Order: sequence, then structure tokens, then C-alpha cells
Amino acid sequence: MTANLRRRKLFSRVFEVLCALAVVVALIPLAMILFYVIKEGAGALNWDFFTKMPKPVGETGGGMANAIVGTLILIGIAALFAIPVGGICGVHLAEYPETKFSSAVRFAADVLNGVPSIVVGIFAYGLVVLPVKRFSALAGGVALGFLMVPIVVRTTEELLRLVPGGLREGALALGATRSRAVFSVIVPAALPGILTGILVALARVAGETAPLLFTALGNRFWSTSLTQPIASLTVQVYTYAQSPYDDWHRQAWAGAFLLVMIILTLSIAARLAVRRLERMNRP
Amino acid sequence: MTASVLQSIRSTTLESPSPPRFLAGEKVPKADEGAELAQDFVSARTPNEQTMTESKISVRNFDFFYGASKVLHGISLEIPAQKVTALIGPSGCGKSTFIRSINRMNDIIPEARATGAIMIDGQDVYGGDTDVVELRRKVGMVFQKSNPFPKSIYENVAYGLKIGGMRNKRQLDEIIERSLTRAALWHEVKDRLHASAMALSGGQQQRLCIARALAVDPEIVLMDEPASALDPLATSKIEELIYELKDNYTIVIVTHNMQQAARVSDRTAFFMLGKLIEYADTNAIFMNPKEKMTEDYVTGRFG
Repeated sequence: MTANLRRRKLFSRVFEVLCALAVVVALIPLAMILFYVIKEGAGALNWDFFTKMPKPVGETGGGMANAIVGTLILIGIAALFAIPVGGICGVHLAEYPETKFSSAVRFAADVLNGVPSIVVGIFAYGLVVLPVKRFSALAGGVALGFLMVPIVVRTTEELLRLVPGGLREGALALGATRSRAVFSVIVPAALPGILTGILVALARVAGETAPLLFTALGNRFWSTSLTQPIASLTVQVYTYAQSPYDDWHRQAWAGAFLLVMIILTLSIAARLAVRRLERMNRP
Repeated sequence: MTASVLQSIRSTTLESPSPPRFLAGEKVPKADEGAELAQDFVSARTPNEQTMTESKISVRNFDFFYGASKVLHGISLEIPAQKVTALIGPSGCGKSTFIRSINRMNDIIPEARATGAIMIDGQDVYGGDTDVVELRRKVGMVFQKSNPFPKSIYENVAYGLKIGGMRNKRQLDEIIERSLTRAALWHEVKDRLHASAMALSGGQQQRLCIARALAVDPEIVLMDEPASALDPLATSKIEELIYELKDNYTIVIVTHNMQQAARVSDRTAFFMLGKLIEYADTNAIFMNPKEKMTEDYVTGRFG
């Protein structure tokens, strides 16, 4: 073996080790978070946590039933708002990729994606809360929706553009109009991926706290009204973690654990949905 | 020597008794306007063409541009009904552009532009009153790369019918069976109509695409190198199919494979650098080409 070749092999080896180290460093925080959340949270989780309301200050026990339902309502509103808007917008970007309007929309989506979530919260506050002078579930849902839209737009666009051009031609050659070809062939072909993108976006906004602070506000009582302040897991965890009570700390851990589980469930659901849909796409 | 090889290829398939021929551009007035063109069409039945069956597609001085570059130069030819017409020529000669002009598939390319006329049954496909959706239902197309939709076999064939508004399940079932039978695929798939089309082999996928095109009952079927991605066995199945389909359809096929052109087609058009060099009965093109360029190409001296 020549000296040169030895040197190259050594370099290759060193680089492999560096890559492996980088992976470990990246995974350590994730592992630690999971470990700590499970250790502290799983023990604190009990049936009461799911079914009971928060107890008055000073009393132990109780649960976060209102916050769990509140979070579901909030991400439900966000999804109802963001999926159609983001999806249709993504279809437009994929269909007319070169126009000035599309470039502007794409740029706007990327900027919106990078806007701090608290700023989006302030925007929703100005848009929904100020006119009616009341914090509401609707305002919170809209704030989360604004955070979701750019993710849905960009994943939809990217995935639609991956669909082979032959499918479009096949549909058009059979006498489909352009919109028909898009909605009956191209979108279904990309649907597994789009759905994953949507679920990932949902998981992301389910964990947001900042945009809810002055939109949905939080609520210690049972409320499912869209026009009233509503509780959410994230805000509840935030409030409880700041409190001086041990029992509230325990419940905050349980809430954090539940949030992680919700996000995990959404990710698993995304994978299962993809597998089901892809059965038609691949042999 | 090459000619005798071709002779033997030909003799296994078909023999046309009279090889009438006319050259590209012959007897075709250079006219630019629709009205004049329409008139030309009526008067275009020169003695040259009387030996042919009725002309289904009549191309008049057709030019095609991608942006500033002109890729088709004054193409004029008559494509007979219920015959197979092959378009041959080296890569980049414009034959694909030409076949895609017939059902206006090039419309989706930005900056594409056409002048001249392509008449189907006397109606200019580029005329203002031609509805492109209607046109494409009348002129089906099969592509080089088979492109089944990621749906079931059944849904693939039903697609054209369903977008046409057909909902009656019995009617759909019937047409789907008939189309798959015509595409020589029914027996291979009848027990798994609701399985994914993506699970079929390459040759089966291409026959499915043919079945899908036939289901909407087109009058013309355009085939852009339908067998170029297939193995010899699948290719011969497609060729047999083309041969049978011409009883009911007018077929235009682009092919790089000269034996294929010789085997399946009645008429052959030779394209080169965006121009139609020669157009005649397939026999004549392969045995007795009039143009030096055609002879060089079909005998494999270039291309």
C-alpha cells in the first residue's frame, strides 16, 4: 500500500468517526428529554389527569381534562383553516412555478415559516382578539393556523412537483381538463406525502405555547366555546411549572409527557397513513 | 442486402399491391390563412391520393416553434383512416413534436406555437372553435414511458369514462372488459381488476395504457414510441395489438425501430431535421425510397 493510499484511508476513517460523533451529539439531547419527561411525567400521569378538572389553588389532585380538550379544539381549528388554504396554495405553486406571483407567495411562505411564533400570536391578537375585545379559542386556533400554513404550502408544493410528468400527460390525453388532472391524478399520487406533511405540521403547532398566551389565554374551567378563552396543555404546563406548588409541578410533567405522546402518536399515524396509501402507488 | 432483409420482414406481415407515393410539399399550396387552407383541403384530393383510403388527418403546411426555434418546417401530409402510419427519423427530427401536435399535447409547454393547419375530418385542431378536451377524447395517445395512474387497474381504464361523466356501473364494467380485451390484457388481469396498476409488468402497463386510451372510444390513436422501453416479447405483443387495432382506429406511431415500422405500418413518413423528407407506402419507403436521405436512413448508413 502506498503512503498516499494509506493517508487517504486514514482520512476516510477519521471522517467516518467524526460523522458518528456528530450523530451521537445530536441524539443526546433528544434521548435526555425523552428520558426525563418519561421519568417525571409517566409517574405523575393517572386517570384523574385525563378526567378531572384543575383543583382550586392549594388543593392537591385534579387533572387537565379541560386543557386536553382545549388543545384538540385549538389544533382542530388550525387544521380546518390551514389545510385548505395551505393545500390550495401549494397546488398553485406547483402548477405555476415560474410566475412572479408564485415567487412572491413562496418567499412569503418561507418568511412566515421563520417568523417567531410569539409574533404570529401578536398578529392573531390584533386580528381576532382586539376587534371583539375578548380572548378566544378562535383566536388561538387562527394563530396556530398561521404557523401551520407555510409548512403545509411548502410540503404540498414539493411533493406535487415530485409526481412524474407522465401522469399529467396521461390524464390530459384522456380528455381531462387541467384542474381535473391535478385533483384526480396528481394530488392523489402525492397524497401520502402531503398527509405526512400535514400531520408533522399539526404536531409542531400542538406544542406551541407562545402564540396562545394572548390569544386563547388559558382557562381554569371547562369551556368548549370558540368565543371564550380556552385551556391548552402547553399554556397549562407553562402556568403550572411556574407555580410554587409541588403537586402542580407534578402535573406539569404529566402534561409535558402527554404532549410528547400526542406528537409521537401523530407521527406514527402519519407513517401508517402513508403505508396504507402507498399500497396503491407501488407494487 | 439490407433491402432483402427488409423484404423478408415485410413478407411476414403485409403486402400492399400498389405503392402510390407523393413527396412532402408536392401539390400543397403554401397558404397561411385558415380560410384558404380549408379550401385547399377540399381541393386537395389529387390523383396521387385517390389510391389511398379516405384521409383522416390532413396536415397543411404545419410549422411548430418552441420560443424562437422552429422545430417543424412546413409539414404537409395526409394520414389515411383505419391504417397505421409510422413516423420515423433520427432523434430530434421533430417526429415526437409532430405527433404531439395532433392532439395538442404541446399546448402544455410554455412558449410553444404552431402555424398552418392539422385537419381531422375537415376540422382544424388549432382552429378557434376546437375544444382541446373534446379533441383529446377523439384522439387518444399512448406514451413512450407507460404511465398508469397510481390507482387500480379498473380505475385506470375507467378514468376517461368517469371524467366524461359516466356513472353507470354496469356500463362501466362492460366497457372496461371490452377495452381490456381489445388491448389483449383482459385474461391476464380479470381476476385482479382492483389491484394496483403499478404491480403490472412493463408490457402489461403499456397495454393497460392502450386499454385506457381505447375506453373513451377515440377515432385516432397516437403512439409515441410505445414499445421502446419494452423487452422483445412485450414489444411483439404490442405490435400484434397495433396490427389488430387498425380495423377500428386510425393509428399514428412514432418509432425508432425500423423493423417495427416495416412490420406494423401501412404508410411511413421519414422526418429529418424538422422536415418531412419522404412519405409513401411503407413498402416503397423501405424497398424503393425516392430520396437519398431516406435510403441512407432506412439502410442504416446514418442515424
